Parts: sequence; C-alpha cells; structure tokens
Amino acid sequence: MPTAVPPVRGLRIPGAHPWLRFALRRTGRLLVSLWVLVTASFLMIHLVPGDPVRAALGLTAPADLVLARKRELGLLDPLWRQYADFLTGLFHGEMGVSISSRLPVAETIAQRLPATAALAVSAFLLSMLVAVPVGVVMAVLTRRGRRRRAELAFTGTSVVLGAIPDFLLAVGLVYLLAVQTNLFPVAGRDGLGSYVLPVLALAIGPAAVLSRIVRVEMLAVLEADYIRTARAKRLTALRIHLAHALPNAVTATLTLGGLLLSSLVAGTVLVENVFAWPGLGSSIVSSIVAKDYPLVQGTVLVYGVGVLLINTVVDVALALLDPRSTIGEG
Amino acid sequence: MRAARVLLRPVGLAGIGLLVLVVLVAAFGPILWDGRATVVDTDHLLAGPSADHWIGTDNLGRDLFFRVLVATRLSIVLALAATAISIVLGVVLGAAPMLAGRRVGRVITWAVNVLVAFPGLLLVLFFAVIFGVGARGAALAVGLAGAPGFARLCHTLVAGVSERDYVAAARIAGVGRFRVLFRHVLPNVAEPLIVNATMAAGSVLLSFAGLSFLGLGVQAPSYDWGRLMQDGLNGIYIHPLAALAPGLAVILAGLAFNLTGEALAGAFGIGDVATVRTALGQATATELTAPVPGAVLSVDDLRVTLPGVHQPVHAVRGVTFAIKDGEAVGVVGESGSGKSMTALAVADLIEQPARVEANHLVFAGEDLTVPGDPESRRKHLGTSLAIVFQDPMTSFNPAHRIGPQLAEVSRAHQGLRRRAALARAVDRLRAVRIREPERRARQYPFQFSGGMRQRAMIGMGLMGTPRLIIADEPTTSLDVTVQSQVLALLAEVRRDTGAALLLISHDVSVVTDVCDRVLVMYAGRIVEELPAADLRTLARHPYTKALVAAVPDMETDLDRPLAVIPGVPIDPPHVPIGCAFAARCPLADDHCRAVDPPLLADAAGNRVACHKAAPHSVTSKVTA
Amino acid sequence: MSVLSFRDVRVRYGSHTVLKDVSLEIGDGEVVGLVGESGSGKSTMARAAVGLAPVTGGEILLDGRPIPRRGPVRPVQMVFQDPYSSLDPRMTVGESVAEAMPGRPGKQARRAEITRLLTLVHLDPSRADDLPGRLSGGQRQRVALARALAARPEVIIADEITSSLDVSVQGAVLNLVRDMQRELGLSMLFISHNLAVVRYVAGRVAVMYGGEIVEQGPAAQVLGAPRHEYTRHLLAAVPGTIPTVKEPT
Repeated sequence: MPTAVPPVRGLRIPGAHPWLRFALRRTGRLLVSLWVLVTASFLMIHLVPGDPVRAALGLTAPADLVLARKRELGLLDPLWRQYADFLTGLFHGEMGVSISSRLPVAETIAQRLPATAALAVSAFLLSMLVAVPVGVVMAVLTRRGRRRRAELAFTGTSVVLGAIPDFLLAVGLVYLLAVQTNLFPVAGRDGLGSYVLPVLALAIGPAAVLSRIVRVEMLAVLEADYIRTARAKRLTALRIHLAHALPNAVTATLTLGGLLLSSLVAGTVLVENVFAWPGLGSSIVSSIVAKDYPLVQGTVLVYGVGVLLINTVVDVALALLDPRSTIGEG
Repeated sequence: MRAARVLLRPVGLAGIGLLVLVVLVAAFGPILWDGRATVVDTDHLLAGPSADHWIGTDNLGRDLFFRVLVATRLSIVLALAATAISIVLGVVLGAAPMLAGRRVGRVITWAVNVLVAFPGLLLVLFFAVIFGVGARGAALAVGLAGAPGFARLCHTLVAGVSERDYVAAARIAGVGRFRVLFRHVLPNVAEPLIVNATMAAGSVLLSFAGLSFLGLGVQAPSYDWGRLMQDGLNGIYIHPLAALAPGLAVILAGLAFNLTGEALAGAFGIGDVATVRTALGQATATELTAPVPGAVLSVDDLRVTLPGVHQPVHAVRGVTFAIKDGEAVGVVGESGSGKSMTALAVADLIEQPARVEANHLVFAGEDLTVPGDPESRRKHLGTSLAIVFQDPMTSFNPAHRIGPQLAEVSRAHQGLRRRAALARAVDRLRAVRIREPERRARQYPFQFSGGMRQRAMIGMGLMGTPRLIIADEPTTSLDVTVQSQVLALLAEVRRDTGAALLLISHDVSVVTDVCDRVLVMYAGRIVEELPAADLRTLARHPYTKALVAAVPDMETDLDRPLAVIPGVPIDPPHVPIGCAFAARCPLADDHCRAVDPPLLADAAGNRVACHKAAPHSVTSKVTA
Repeated sequence: MSVLSFRDVRVRYGSHTVLKDVSLEIGDGEVVGLVGESGSGKSTMARAAVGLAPVTGGEILLDGRPIPRRGPVRPVQMVFQDPYSSLDPRMTVGESVAEAMPGRPGKQARRAEITRLLTLVHLDPSRADDLPGRLSGGQRQRVALARALAARPEVIIADEITSSLDVSVQGAVLNLVRDMQRELGLSMLFISHNLAVVRYVAGRVAVMYGGEIVEQGPAAQVLGAPRHEYTRHLLAAVPGTIPTVKEPT
C-alpha cells in the first residue's frame, strides 16, 4: 500500500549474515519436510483399511503364515516401537524386506534407481535445452503484438503438446518410431538407442509448457522499467535481451523448472511402464497391485527424497542468481 | 460484450464446441451404444478396422469404436468427481488461514506448502495405496492429490484480495470475517478459480487415464479410456488403433477442458489476451522544416499514436518546441496529457506498435526521424542524452550490481575496458554525492534507498557528456526532503556540465523552482508556453490559471475554498473536437467547442492556444 | 464529545519498532494533520487507530474509553490512499456505502441514507447503482468518504487521501473534507506527506520522524515558526520555498 518503500531492510543485515540465515532456514525446511515424508510413508501401511498382510498374502493364506509375516514385519509391536524401529532402520539404510520377493527393499531400490534417475535427468536437460532458447526467441519475436501468426502457431503447438500426457506420447512414439519404422527399440534398456523414445516422451510435454512460461516471463521482463533504462543506455538489442532481460526471466523459469523436474521424476512411473523400463516406476506399480507394502513404502520414500533434494537445489540456485530472494524473504 | 467476443474467438469456439460434444457423448453414449459396445463377436477377435468395426475389436471381439464412446461417461464423471474433491478441499484449506487467525493459518499454509512440493502423481500413488486399487479409490486419490495445489492457488488469491483496502474498510466498518469472505473475497477470486478448475479438470482427466493405464484405476469389467489403452498396448504390434484411439479420445477431452479454460481466462481478462488492433492511420507525408538554430533539441509537430481497442489513440497531437543549449524547460500536465509520451518520444524510446511522427526531431544536430547508421546513433544518444525515470525502485536491473550497470555505458560507447569503466562508474557515483562509492558500486539496487537510486541514475547519465537531461517525474515517488536534494543535484549537474534539462512534472511548484520556461500540456497538446517565473501571475490559458490556483501551497488563503476545475481530465482515446478543455472551461462557448484553437506566439515568444486568451497587453518579460 | 487519544502507543513488527511510545490527542471537532516522510510511522498510526495494526504497548482511547472492536458501532473510520483499491470492484457504490451502516436498516431507510450520503459528498445519488469501474479516482474517493460517514463515526482517519489524485481533482476533495468537517463537526486525523495540503485542512499539526512525534502544535505555529530541527528541514524542502535551487544558465 505505501507508495514509497522505506530504506530496504537488507541494509540492516551486514555481510555473510543473510546467507547463514538462509542456509539455516532452508536446511530446517528440508529436515521438517523429510520428517513429514518419512512419517507419512511409515503411516501409509497403517492407514490401509483392514489387515495389510492378509490382503497381501491373499484370503487363502493360512493364519499362522500371516501371523509369522506380521511378526517379521514388526506389525505386532506397539506403534511407537514400530516407528522407532523404522527410523533406526532408515539410518542404517534398511527399509525392510519385500513381502513377495523376500529380498531387502533397499537392494531392489539400489538396483533400479540408476535407470530411473538417468531417464529423469536426461529428459530434464533436454526440455530445458529446448525450452529456454525457444521461449526467449519467441518472446523477442512476438512482443507487443508483433507477428501474430507466429505467436498463434507457437501457442497452439505448445498448448497441444503440453496437453498430451507423457504416457500417450510414449504410446504414439512407440507406434511411429518403433512399430512402423523400427528406428528404435520398442522396450527395454539396452544401449543409447533405447533411451531416445522414453526421454522424448518425457521431455516433449514439459518442454512445451516450459517454453510458454519462458516466453510469458520474458515478455513481462521486457516491459519492465529497467529494460527501458537499458534501452536508454543505447545498448545493442542482443545485449539488452541476453544481459538484462534473460537473467530476470530465468529466476521464475528456474522455480517452475524445479517443479517440472520433480513432476518428471513422477512421470517416469508411467513412461517406464510403457517401455518396460527396469526402473523404480515399473516396480512401484507392480508392488502396489501386489500389495507389497514394504516395497511401496521404500519406493515412495526414495521418490519423495529425490523431489525434496531437487527443490532444495533449485532454491539454492535461485538464491545465488537472485540475492533478493535470500535476503528479502522472511 | 467483451466476454462474448473473446469466447467467440477460434480458440474459445473450438474449446467450447469440443466440450459440448464430449459432454453430449458422456450423457447419451452409454444409453445409445451400450449394447453395441458389449456384444461379443467371436468371428472377429482382435480384428483390424473394417466396415463393421471402424477401429477394430478387442480380444473378445467387442467393437472398440463404441467402447471408446461409451467409456466417455465413466472417464468424465470420475474426472469431475476428483476435480470437485480437489476444489472443495482446496478452497477450504486456502480460505482457512484468513478465517482461523494468524497462528492456525500459518500452520495450514506451511502444511500446504510442504505438500505442494511433491508432484501430483506421487501423491496419487500414495493415496492409491491407502484407498486401494479401483475407481472409487482412484477418484479419492486423484482428488486428494490435487487439493494442495488448489489450496495454494486459492490461498494466494485470497491473500491478494485480503490486502486490498476495501477488505480493510469492511473490517473497520464491523463486517464479520465470514461475511467479508463471502461478500468481498470469494466473488473477487471466483474468476481465476473457475478458470483453473476448468483446466484442472483437463489434467485430472489425464492423470486418471494414467492411473487406469497403470492398472490402478478402473477395474474390469468396467472400463474407461485409460483401461482401454492398457488393454490395447499389449497388442500394439498387430493392432495399434486399439491403443491409439482411446488415447486420442483422452487428448481431445483434455484439450476441450484446457481450451475452454484458456477462453474463459481471456473472457475474464486474465492473462495476455488483450486484443490490440494495430491498424494505424496512414503516415502523413512530412514536410521538412528547419530546426531552431542554437537549440540542443528542436521538435516540430510531434505526434505519438498508440494502437487502441477500437481505434488508434492519439497520445501526443502535434507538439512543437525547442530547448536551447543549457536551458531548463519544464512540462506540466495531468495524467493523460501526453507529457511522458512526449519525453519518451524525444528520447527515441517509443517502440512499436506505438508510432512517432514529426516534421523534425533534431537532437544535437541529428534528426532522429531520419534513419541513420544505428551504431553511430547509439553512440551519439548513449553519451550525450541522459535520462532519469520516475520510479527509481524499478529502473535499475535487480539482477546486476550498480557499478557494472553504470560502467556498461562506457564499455558500450566509449570503448573502455571493464576495469577502467568501473573506475569511471565509481568516480561518477562520487560525483552525485554517493558516500563510499567503491563499496556502493558493488551493491545491488535493492540495497540502495530511493533517493540514492535516483542519484545513481543521474550518475549513469553522467557516464558520457550529456547535452540534454530528460527527467520524467524524477522526484514524484520520493519524500519531500529527498526530492529537494535530488533537484539540487540536478541543478548542480547542469551547472557543471552545461547540459540542458527537460523536466516533466505534475507539480507546478517543482517546475517553477527548477525551470526557465514551462510548457503546459493538456490532452496531448501544448496549450501554453511561458517563462516559469510568470506561471503564477501572467498565465493566459484558463487551464494554466486553474491548475496553478487549484494546488495549495504554503501561501494559500486558508479562508477561501480552493479553486476547482470541474469535470475530469481528458481520457486520451476520447478527445473531443474543438478545444479539448472546453468541457471544463468557464469561458467556453460554441466556437471553442467546434474549433480547436491554434497555438499562437506573441512578440516575446510566449505561446497560448485559447480563443479567449486576452491579447497580451502587459509588456512581457523576455526569457533570459 | 469525542476525543481520540493515543497514549504511549507502541507498534512492533518482529524486532522492528515502528511506533515508539507515541502520544497524540485529537480533540472534539478538530482536524489534526500528521506529516512526515515515508516510513516515519504515519500510516501505522492510522492503522493502529482502526485495529489494523497490532498495538504492543500503550492504549488508544476514545473519550477515555477503549475503542469498541466488536458489535455494530464502529466510531472510528478510515479513508485510504488508493482509490482503485478501496472499493470492491464487484459491489455497486450503494452496496459499498450501505455495508458500513450500523444495524440493519430497512430497504427504504437504506436507500434514503445512501442518497443522503452521496449528496453529502457531492455525488449524483443516481450513481448508487454504478460499479466503481465507471467512476474516476476523485469520485471513488468521494464514495470512500461516504462509506466512512455511513458508519456514523465520531472520528475519521484520512490516510493520504489526495496523493493518488490528479492535481485538478485534489482541490475539490480537499474542499469537501473542509466543508464536511465544519458541517458535521467531525474529529479527524489527516495524514499527508504534502505540507501545503495539511496546512490547508488542519488546525493542528504533528510532525513524525522515525516512529516518534517530534513536534506538534497549532498549524500556524508549527509550519510558521518550527522549533524542531527536522520540521525546519522538512519545510525548507517544500518546493516553491527555496528559489535558490534554480541555477543561472
């Protein structure tokens, strides 16, 4: 409401202080989120209506087997004890034993995680590499109602591409580039060629969405007063766009890029199922269907930790890029 | 009207048309075609497309085309149910912080923020585990998973509206929290919520399809599109359409929701969908006129035209003036008078689609209306024209430090290296009286106060050797004490460099303090030009007189009411014919309302545009 | 009798003290002008008086009693700076004004009251059915004033009510404020950064600096013969008072 902002608060804080405060605040948030995640995944098995072990083993399973499994899983202990055991187990890298395969959950996850991570990271990089230049160029070309037709084509294409979910794209790509033309393998993880289709399927949608966001951000930044200042300095168009506009558009892009990366992590679940990719995504689905709760628990935990780490990295990157968000906040 | 126009644009039509189609199929599909979708044809198991079965059959020989149509209802109903759960929960959680008070509100906000960080699909899987596999469980899971996102959106919107003064006014007037929520807040956030709900329905539809596709959603014998796709995927080698057709249906339905949402957003005026019609009038052939000799700036018949919604808006309608070397000229006027547009046009900073025309616009010997070598013109303007903008808070790039932002000028136009340019920047900061310039040069703009930024902005203009400083309301957003410091600095800079000044201001007192001559603008034209010293006493235009009288100063007579100008300032798109001030002028007659008075100069060079202006009987003072 | 008194009022946000034990009295039927630079705490005074800012020390009294914060009677009302934010864009002018009326007047009574109030602020009563979008900034400020009056207040707080208006419109609103104050005998706290405006409407003036009132007294005395250093500084900065700024060219 006040028109003139009083001398900025940041002035009162000397030197490295704000960075320390930022680090503390951010670490605190990460730890609390981790605790929420761990507790939620612990509670998951208890929130399942009925008897989870009975459900997992089937109605025909003998009662003593069910009881034995329950004892094995620690489900007969009091809740606080189970919680404590769960936490201590986590600290030692243990996540229990799968009900169906009877293998340690940690082992299964360690085996499958790299495939998923490789998929998510390469898809993220690809979508960023495509989206940022495309968005910036489209913004500069179409600002202030110029080139209406190019704008319409771009918006139309990106809306349609962004609206197609990754697993449908995957099916379409399989049909076009694997079944029809045999260019790439239909399924499995075997050599670089097998990466092309899953990565494309994962990256196209986010790239379309992100490029629209980059364009809108860039358009907003190009209207800012400081861009007018840069023009008043009679800098070249290239310098105005790259040195003055882009860094300011990137902050918002990065925030959304982070969200995008975490949704990419989740998106792997579907795409992995289409391509029979030997990652976490195919195992979580089969374990949900099989009601293999320890395995589900472990996988959800790993996905969640991945997402939280990404968010933290993005926040740190944002703070480095835009010091206002570090000092201004809170 | 406007809403209808936006909805009827191609995007809106396509979206709404598609949505109507989808809803119709969902409503009537199962009634009309349920039989044909369930009948088993053992002669055609897993058959390809044929005249009987347009897109083939499944492993029981059931017609896939009709199965896709019939599946519409379940797919849509489940998606809508899940969306409804998301919205209701989201609105409750989003509005709760406003109702529940500070502490509880903070906890809710915090919890929502933690949940939002997790991608929707992960939450869906989590809830799917709890609620179990199946349609009901999946609807709950998808609905709950969407709630945090909606809560966050709703919270942001509610918080935005809650900060408005009318909410504060309602609370001061004793209106209860719930009443404020329902009467003021919710109606004002409804539009973006509806838009987002529509789009959310589209994405919920997709995630539902995904869930069924994974085998976690709808279970046989029921089927939705995702289920059909899963069944089709296994046979994609022999029978690709079985997987692709339901996929296509999902995409179409998703698009229907998304496009309708976009169109609604446009109709509500959210987002960048404003229709700007760029049809501008033909450029009139400009006759070349000679610039005023000895002037650093000479402008003849400057016009600025902006594209408007219905027709072009003439923001500046033929402005002619000159500034001599070292002279200070002020431009006063109210909002919409075209004074800022004039400043931007003179500085060659107006961009397409706005259009600048002039017979000539000569700055320091170069006519800016004539195309020239861009490189040398950049250098010319970059070093000899300094500009100070109104809002020092937003005029510096927040991402760069102050020093480099100044140094950039010297690096671009004077060929200085980084170190030398930075040294000059520090020197200029010292010149505009910024203490500890070395340290300040390394700081970001947000670490500067408003007054300091405006000094730094002047310092930026001093990186070259300015012949003219254009200052557009340079002190409007500053406190009065800071304002006087900045004005004093401007005067000092002019004394040291001999630069001329074009000062734009709405404040008559500021202009009379600083300037030699004053141009008074109204509705895009100059209505009077006179020496600043004569503004209070010898003004001839009724608008100038009224403007001076309407503003109280420290000598205003306290026993009399302030002079008042009736009516409101001219809205630039609606400039009347005749004298633009006639509607507010006590002297106006029919002649004034029909014929726009020309701007005529007297012997002393003072100009006035008024039919009723008394001929200058008094011997006017000659400008220094 | 309605006297609004701030007694050692302190407002803190976190570790930042915005008002430092401020005392100020607004006498019956008196207009007190409050001047100072941005960030000096002027607006916080206003917001504290109407309960929008948390008072962490001292008290604000109306006629020696705490100001009622519940129930239908709200004797302290406020008019805000930004005419574009102070009216709900979805409520008609009449609805906005009526909302502030104490009790639940009947339809007829309400209509009559709206007409009376709009006429009082020199607005055509037929504008009651208009949405704020069709009003100019000056007209909106008149509606905001009418809404404040609808609550039958004893004290009105006006926070920079003319600083967002065009200069040709500002005069009319200032005249209105003076007329109304004289006719209705309202007590008023008139906040502005513009000394000339405050001088025109206020009988007494208080000067704020750094969360404290550094000088107060009759307007003629404070603005004519200031005693505090900061007040002198402030007065010296008013444009039109120091012709030395202009440099010969």
